[in-house]
Amino acid sequence: MKAIPFLLVISTGLATALQTSMVFSDDTVVYALEPETALAVKPYLPPSEQTIPHNQFGEMVLLGKAIFTDTKKHASQYVGNGLSCSNCHLNAGRLSHSAPLWAAWVKYPAYRSKNNRVNTMEERIQGCFTYSMNGSPPPADSKELKALMSYAYWLAKGAPTGINLPGRGYPKLEKPTEKPDTARGKQLYVNNCAVCHGEDGEGTKTNNEYAFPPLWGRDSFNWGAGMHRINTAAAFIRANMPLAKGGSLSNQQAWDVAYYINSHERPQDPRYSGSTEATKRVYHQHQCRYGEKHDSNILGGKD
Amino acid sequence: MNKMTCCILFLGTSLSVSTHIANASSGSSIALQGNSNGAPPCVTCHGGKALGRPLTGIPYLNGQPKAYLIKQLNDFANDRRVNTVMQQNAGALTSEEINAVANYYSKLPLPEKPTDYKNEADNITGKRLTENGKWSSGVPACFKCHGDRGQGIAPHFPAITGQPATYIETQLSHWKQGKRSNDPTSLMQAVVSKLTQKEMSAVADYLASKAPAETFSQKNQ
Repeated sequence: MKAIPFLLVISTGLATALQTSMVFSDDTVVYALEPETALAVKPYLPPSEQTIPHNQFGEMVLLGKAIFTDTKKHASQYVGNGLSCSNCHLNAGRLSHSAPLWAAWVKYPAYRSKNNRVNTMEERIQGCFTYSMNGSPPPADSKELKALMSYAYWLAKGAPTGINLPGRGYPKLEKPTEKPDTARGKQLYVNNCAVCHGEDGEGTKTNNEYAFPPLWGRDSFNWGAGMHRINTAAAFIRANMPLAKGGSLSNQQAWDVAYYINSHERPQDPRYSGSTEATKRVYHQHQCRYGEKHDSNILGGKD
Repeated sequence: MNKMTCCILFLGTSLSVSTHIANASSGSSIALQGNSNGAPPCVTCHGGKALGRPLTGIPYLNGQPKAYLIKQLNDFANDRRVNTVMQQNAGALTSEEINAVANYYSKLPLPEKPTDYKNEADNITGKRLTENGKWSSGVPACFKCHGDRGQGIAPHFPAITGQPATYIETQLSHWKQGKRSNDPTSLMQAVVSKLTQKEMSAVADYLASKAPAETFSQKNQ
């Protein structure tokens, strides 16, 4: 029944006004769907891999996919932890509601409040390496970044440019009824997450490589990554976790388990100024636990 | 280092070695000879090298994660996994024997060849589901959780490549029909609820046609 007011509003030509009232994250990760595009744009499907051309461009697309799905192996000099791009962008960046690459491609260049300027797609990807991969950004003219750009471009073949495609980012969650809680979160984690991510968030290795990603600790994303924000992690978890059981946790449960996961220590924010308090004041005015006290420690309190 | 320290160190080493041998032999003796409480040798049904028996749909045990084998044996023994023969056999083992035999099989290399050759040439569905999944319905690839070649991910996810097609298909069907429900956090039940019988058959045939990643088995040790 919720769709009816949208239809009525749009039919009276007020769609634009309504669109501007939609909520946007300042980190270009969590999006409410724009009602206008939700009705007007067909779900976008990225091309089949069989259509990757057999030429130099196709080779770069394939290299981009290889980097995306096994980042440490193919872009090791830029990676500082045990993660791959595809840990958060599921199905090799193809999956709707899991921050698909094709939906990001058509929305860049874009202003980001995270660094208070307009970012190109290259800069956006570089940001992922700095924070989510806790590494260093591949230069724009490096083979690695060109390959990732080629892969994202190819995934967006035929997609309309400049609009929020349905499935972009992670579906924004309603606020939780109760304040997120680490005790409830821990129990949920043990029951639903530990089988893959380990009892202590350490991930699971096979052949000395991560088969399931670490969620906290030194091999996980750092305090500057989008996923350290409770709302972003909760949105990802609610839509996608556990694998094959996306949507099985309630709204409240997603918030609780995201809160628990992000109440652990992880690599320092690269923008750390020497003071957790000052870094928090400048860069962490959002839903996260950076600089907060937890189990007698200050999260993000280590150099 | 004085003589006394040397002596203690030596004793410690020899003790741990003898304990290890005792465990290994009790695991292998159960596997090869059974026990005095009525448990038959595992190899009777699981094959001479415990590499499975394709025609009867009996799985291989070599190289499976120890924790996985312990859980399955305990689940059989406690009626949490249903199979008349295995419920009886596992029930005839003590928990020490379950540990020992699980340890024994987990140390053996994964089979180097498929146990059940199937023609995979036209099995596009099986290949797609196994390697890429059906994400549009929320189904990840089999290899996402069972290892990038289906070689298993210890401690909870067993090797699946090279298992007899009949075995895989029976397990998938049992999950779908609610006859098997001992999977951690109901993950397999969630997966099969989104697959058709035809798709499950295709997956089983495809997995059976692949070698269980022999290059990985060495590294796993």
